[in-house]
Amino acid sequence: MNVAKVLDAKGLACPMPVVRAKKAMDELQSGQVLEVHTTDKGAKNDLPAWAKASGHTVLDMKEDNGVLMFWIQKG
Amino acid sequence: MTQPKKKTTIILFSGDYDKAMAAYIIANGAAAYDHDVTIFHTFWGLNALRKEAPVPVQKGFLEKMFAKMMPRGADRMGLSRMNFAGIGPKLIKKVIKKHNAMPLPQLIEMAKEQGVKLVACQMTVDLLGLKPEELIDGIEFAGVAAYLADASEGNVNLFI
Repeated sequence: MNVAKVLDAKGLACPMPVVRAKKAMDELQSGQVLEVHTTDKGAKNDLPAWAKASGHTVLDMKEDNGVLMFWIQKG
Repeated sequence: MTQPKKKTTIILFSGDYDKAMAAYIIANGAAAYDHDVTIFHTFWGLNALRKEAPVPVQKGFLEKMFAKMMPRGADRMGLSRMNFAGIGPKLIKKVIKKHNAMPLPQLIEMAKEQGVKLVACQMTVDLLGLKPEELIDGIEFAGVAAYLADASEGNVNLFI
């Protein structure tokens, strides 16, 4: 997967992961992929909900050692 | 993506730290959702907009009493539960730090950065004897009609 930008949001609590993801996404072009790392368990539902409402697509999601990773394609 | 932006409006009536925190977290989240967000502060919620440092202004006895008895700024607000005469907020700020959450003053700063419109209700500003120079910069003053204009187009409208 061609990742245009990686966002490290580890250690941040709600609402920061979504706020940062929005900021990072604003810098990308349509079709580019943002990779997000977070340790906020709420993000499991938050990021996909935000992505859907904002017209982006969650391509993949993985959990590794307490770190949630998302790959979101800009709509 | 050219459709008009969705709107979120929040009335912050409460002057409690925890309730204001909830309001500002929702506001920041909504801004990340690319909504136009307005927080309409009225009554005790106005205290979240007060400057922390005292501002020398001319006012009457009653207004001075109000100014003294109300918290000066977001960081001085009490909790809606377990306030314990001011120990509660200290404890809550400790756990906020521990969990890497954002304290209220920073949430307000971030809301401003994200373009959240902060509005002070003019009528209650007058009632509580607050002067515009006692409130933080970058806010607007308005009344019920301005709120309703935003809220009637709102997709999310909350009263906190």
